[in-house]
Amino acid sequence: MINPGKIAGLLLHSLFKKPATIDYPAQPSGMPKGFRGKLKFNAKLCIGCKLCMRDCPSDAIIIRKVGEKKFEAEIDMAKCIYCAQCVDSCPKKALESTPEFELAHLDRMKLKVVFSADTGDDTTEKT
Amino acid sequence: MGIAIFHILVFPGLLFLTIFGFVAEYFDRKLCARLQNRIGPPWFQPIADFIKLLGKEEIMPREADVIVLKLIPLFALVACVTAILYIPIWGQQAIFSFNGDIIVVLYLLTIPTLAYFLGGWYSRSVYSMIGAVRTLTQLFAYEVPLFMCILASALLADTWSISEMVTFYNHHLGYWFCNLLGFAIAIVCLLGKLEKVPFDIPEAETEIVAGSFTEFGGKLLALLRMTFNIELVVVASLLAAVFLPFGLNFHPAIIFILYLIQVFSIIAVITFLRSLFARLRLDQMIAFCWKYLAPAAFAQVLINLILKGILPR
Amino acid sequence: MRYSKDVKIPIGPQHPALKEPESFLISLRGEKITAASVRLGYNHRGIEKACEERTYIQDLYLIERICGICSHSHSTCFVQAVEEIAGIEIPARARYVRTLIGELERIHSHLLWLGVAGHEIGFDTLLMYTWRDREIVMDILASTTGNRVNYGINTIGGVRRDINPQQNQQILEAVGILEDRTKYYISLATSESTLINRLSGVGLLSMEDAKQLGAVGPVARASGIARDVRKDDPYAAYADLDFKVITDSHCDVYGRTLVRMGELMQSYSIIRQIIQKIPGGPITVKSPRKIPVGEAVSRYEAPRGEDMHYVRANGTEKPDRVKVRAPTLANIQAVSKMLEDRYLADLPIVIAAIDPCFSCTDRTIAVNMSDGNKNTLTWQSLRLQSLQWYRDRGVDFTELNKKVMERFSTK
Repeated sequence: MINPGKIAGLLLHSLFKKPATIDYPAQPSGMPKGFRGKLKFNAKLCIGCKLCMRDCPSDAIIIRKVGEKKFEAEIDMAKCIYCAQCVDSCPKKALESTPEFELAHLDRMKLKVVFSADTGDDTTEKT
Repeated sequence: MGIAIFHILVFPGLLFLTIFGFVAEYFDRKLCARLQNRIGPPWFQPIADFIKLLGKEEIMPREADVIVLKLIPLFALVACVTAILYIPIWGQQAIFSFNGDIIVVLYLLTIPTLAYFLGGWYSRSVYSMIGAVRTLTQLFAYEVPLFMCILASALLADTWSISEMVTFYNHHLGYWFCNLLGFAIAIVCLLGKLEKVPFDIPEAETEIVAGSFTEFGGKLLALLRMTFNIELVVVASLLAAVFLPFGLNFHPAIIFILYLIQVFSIIAVITFLRSLFARLRLDQMIAFCWKYLAPAAFAQVLINLILKGILPR
Repeated sequence: MRYSKDVKIPIGPQHPALKEPESFLISLRGEKITAASVRLGYNHRGIEKACEERTYIQDLYLIERICGICSHSHSTCFVQAVEEIAGIEIPARARYVRTLIGELERIHSHLLWLGVAGHEIGFDTLLMYTWRDREIVMDILASTTGNRVNYGINTIGGVRRDINPQQNQQILEAVGILEDRTKYYISLATSESTLINRLSGVGLLSMEDAKQLGAVGPVARASGIARDVRKDDPYAAYADLDFKVITDSHCDVYGRTLVRMGELMQSYSIIRQIIQKIPGGPITVKSPRKIPVGEAVSRYEAPRGEDMHYVRANGTEKPDRVKVRAPTLANIQAVSKMLEDRYLADLPIVIAAIDPCFSCTDRTIAVNMSDGNKNTLTWQSLRLQSLQWYRDRGVDFTELNKKVMERFSTK
């Protein structure tokens, strides 16, 4: 049956419903728990096998030895494609994905994040 | 003389129309967004767009006629602003009125369409020329029903002056029901005049980039967008004055508020219609206008002629 | 603009009708199209060559990024070819998970297409509503696989993540909501008169033409050809599942719309069957890093049609040759035929109706010269040829070329 303007009912109904969009960034938006965002490195578990470096599709992670059984990781967030292959490849589970995705910076140098070998914390200042 | 300048430049001339145009554009975009289940732009969006466009660069194609292109938005704007002077806003009398001014207003409101055609033609770009030709082709389709409906309303009132028409309909309040068919047809034709979906064929974004307005940028585009808004307001005011009951012997301020409500209602109907349909093809549009709208408008003229003979004056 | 001569208007490479760059040169007389010619290649990124420099694990992610909308199709097709060469048999649960993600991808791709088709004919309201519904699927995919596009669920030997019962529940709820909405869109497409007027009679492709030009996917199915890789050559878990191949006899854009919406309903039914029938067990088997010598061709029914990958392994960690034949490459030949004798206003919807994905399409093509000579261009000769091409058109890049060559030689 031809009925021009059939969508009118849906339109009028939407007028009184809550909108489906949010006013980002005034209203925050999150990602679900399993989302592959920024990586986190636990220096205490790393043994320096460099399997993560071998499997990374974009050469985004570099593991450096800074002492006896102490390793630090430098992750370039610009090169990383957030595939989490390194998380799967690591035999000691030293890497994990966090759901953080708002990673834009005005300065390209700040995108290289270094996780120090002593604390495992991210040593780059976030502006 | 001073009063005339005040009327032309401030109220209900340029300043009033500009502000009203921005408010109408905001209302249109916000309503369209709510109908589509979105939030929509904030209240200052049309003003922000206008200011942003004023600061942009104008790039003229090498073969385009620069003088014509720079004057076209002005012609369209001036025609629309002049037309409002003959439409009653806060009383039963417009600023200026004489017998025959409805024809003048309709003529003034056709000038923007011709201006868009000239702007597209003199831009000399392939997309603009196709858009320009489409503008004129569409003009031949919607113009006849639109004129016939408005003139049918004038026929019943036995006068060619808008202000006298408003006075007539105020004395015989039930008579405006006779014009309802004409009102419906006029709103559909208005979609064609303002180039809104389903009749936004001259400015079909996915087919010919932006049609006649492809090569406009910067200040010219800002003026053009302001002209679109003002055209919307002026044509809605004309329809409100001709078809809807008006005046009603109240205090001028209340008449003005009634006028605002009527214009916003017409804009709301236009927005609703434009969210409802897909865009028609040019041949389908012409077939629709000549097969359905023109006979219906003709029928409205006939009804009014018969009623003029029957109903008491 | 002479009255009798045809005007040549370029649609593309940059045009609001096209989501990705490609060039159509249209000859117009008034509003009628008299001739249309297609040029591809604007999206060529050298992916096939780049695959040869990376290991198979890295190639998985590269192949996935050929396209954002059909990423899982390319990734699964590639991984199936590699697993066939290596002789690996993946566990049943992994096959079912791959099928589940594949069907979710089909839903999101078809809803995206509905919105894009609405936008091309000026029906922005349909665009907003279908893309709002698509967000439901994207959220499910984000919580299940970890990303909204480019899911990365495949690995050589199975899948990387498992589905738990809570996610099963979310998926079933989402499928219920989407089924109601899709039924509304089907009723809208069959009764809204402006929509039917724009979509009917446009982009006609008869059954014989479709067979001769090699159309695949919904384009072929709307011309009455019942061709679907999921039924003809079942892969993953499709052999155990029960679904219909949707065909239509309209042969035009309206038929393609109906076929895609029918496929959406079939996808909902397939997902319900998967969640019911999925077996327990491991989700991956151990696979070697070095794939033994061999070659394989694998086919997959992407949302756009039949996707084909060819992989040749030479015993090392890196593949010897990877070739991708995307479905749009098979369908693009039909566009010139469909545009004959139509109006300019139909052009965007005809191009959009084959659901073009030019990122998938631009790979290397070998053209057979009529005299049988083989001509291979090296990188250096390509540069010189392009400089000459620009010089013929009045633009001189020799100074810039000298500077670039100096930079490269000192690096």
